[in-house]
Amino acid sequence: MAVLKVLVVDDEPGIRSGVTRILSSFRVTYPFMDEDYTFEVTEAATGEEGIEIINSEKPDILLLDNKLPGIQGVEVLEYIRNKNLAITIAMITSYASLEVAVKATRDGATDFIPKPFTPQELKSSIENITKQLYLKKVTHKMKQEGKKIRYQFLSVLSHELKAPLNALEGYLRMMQEKQAGDKIDDYTHHIERSLHRIHGMRNLIMDLLDFTKIRLERKDEKMQKINLAELASGAIMTVQPYAIQMDVSVNLDVKDDPVMTADPEDVNIIFNNLISNAVKYNKFGGNVDIKIECPHDDVIITFSDTGIGISEEDREHLFTEFMRVKNEQTRGITGSGLGLSIVKKVIELYNGRINVESNPGSGSVFTVILPKNPTIKIL
Amino acid sequence: MTKNKYTILIADDDPDYLFQTVYGLEKAGYMTVKAESQAEAEAIIKRFKPDLAIFDLMMESDDSGFILCYKMKKMYPDVPVILATAVARETGMSFSIDTEKEKPWIRADLYLEKGIRAEQLDQEIMKLLKL
Repeated sequence: MAVLKVLVVDDEPGIRSGVTRILSSFRVTYPFMDEDYTFEVTEAATGEEGIEIINSEKPDILLLDNKLPGIQGVEVLEYIRNKNLAITIAMITSYASLEVAVKATRDGATDFIPKPFTPQELKSSIENITKQLYLKKVTHKMKQEGKKIRYQFLSVLSHELKAPLNALEGYLRMMQEKQAGDKIDDYTHHIERSLHRIHGMRNLIMDLLDFTKIRLERKDEKMQKINLAELASGAIMTVQPYAIQMDVSVNLDVKDDPVMTADPEDVNIIFNNLISNAVKYNKFGGNVDIKIECPHDDVIITFSDTGIGISEEDREHLFTEFMRVKNEQTRGITGSGLGLSIVKKVIELYNGRINVESNPGSGSVFTVILPKNPTIKIL
Repeated sequence: MTKNKYTILIADDDPDYLFQTVYGLEKAGYMTVKAESQAEAEAIIKRFKPDLAIFDLMMESDDSGFILCYKMKKMYPDVPVILATAVARETGMSFSIDTEKEKPWIRADLYLEKGIRAEQLDQEIMKLLKL
């Protein structure tokens, strides 16, 4: 249960005690709120006294009479606005002239309670204000959480970008100080490793661009009829040099007419990442089988490999940004740790699904299901 | 100076950082043993007591370095341990062992940010080994 502090500023004692009495037993509850709200009322007879209480008690809600003996209600409003205080204000006023109403609204009042009011009128105003306050609180919390996630992302990203820079800097210093000898040939290892790290960093940057593009780009103009078999073949060609090195054979099996509506770049992201993973995390001499089927309104694409597999623990975090499976077998395999998180985001954009089954030691199967005629989610 | 009597264990899953650190330490005169993972480092300390250890923080898991520090101190309380990481202070994921509150659970003698020069590292090691 949460308590909201209410301050009532009115020179009529009857109004003040009425508010205190009505609200002392009042409780606001609504299905979407995770707790009930009750009220604690403080009273002030003048604007001056009101301002004092505002400073000491920091009320959440202010019920303010405009016509007061000393300073007027609108002056209290001005004070609150100048100090930038977070108080929700309702004016209590007997002659709510349009002029006062307009000025009060401009100065930050959100509600008006006509005087004299029935208990029900007061309660319904307070109920509205409470819901507004609750929503404000929830939005604030969500914004904070969003910030935290972005912050974590940037922390890990800066770590991933700094590691290769540190490596490069180290090798360059060794060369500058001629630590390994006077001849360029003494530095073959240093140069090879530097180039390798630059390559890794470039891939990370490319993945980052994909990653941001998913969020920023408008899709509608790019949607077109595409042939999945053609795009899959293209992706296989791209990974072929690496597959030859690993002696991995990549096979494509297409059933039905593999046509769907999509942005070809998105489908390329899916194919490139899943096929290159299936090759990278495979065993020497292994296989990758890609199967495309189109029953009814969906396309189902499966990527099966005969690789090292993924443990249950690692499967849980597989689609998390910068997640990389680290163990004896994956040592030496490079990657940005963004590929699968990008793939998942793209698939979700199409209202599709991805799931993974795996037997550690014998291989993994990634299954992607996409609607043939997707309605793109707006992010 | 008798640096060649001291053997330093270095564990890091970044092969380049490992190569460069080992190179620098050997150049400074120390003996070195290297491990490319937490598992490898654990296997090494089971059969061998180094004179000093340098552990990377994030290897197989995000807290590999902490686990290694803990196991090291349990087996060899007298061996100094340096925890090295590229996680920088400005990212907010930082920690240091300067405060009394953090000392009991980060069981390292020194926390270092990666990217320090070989000579600096040598200075720090000499301090810890009281050379």
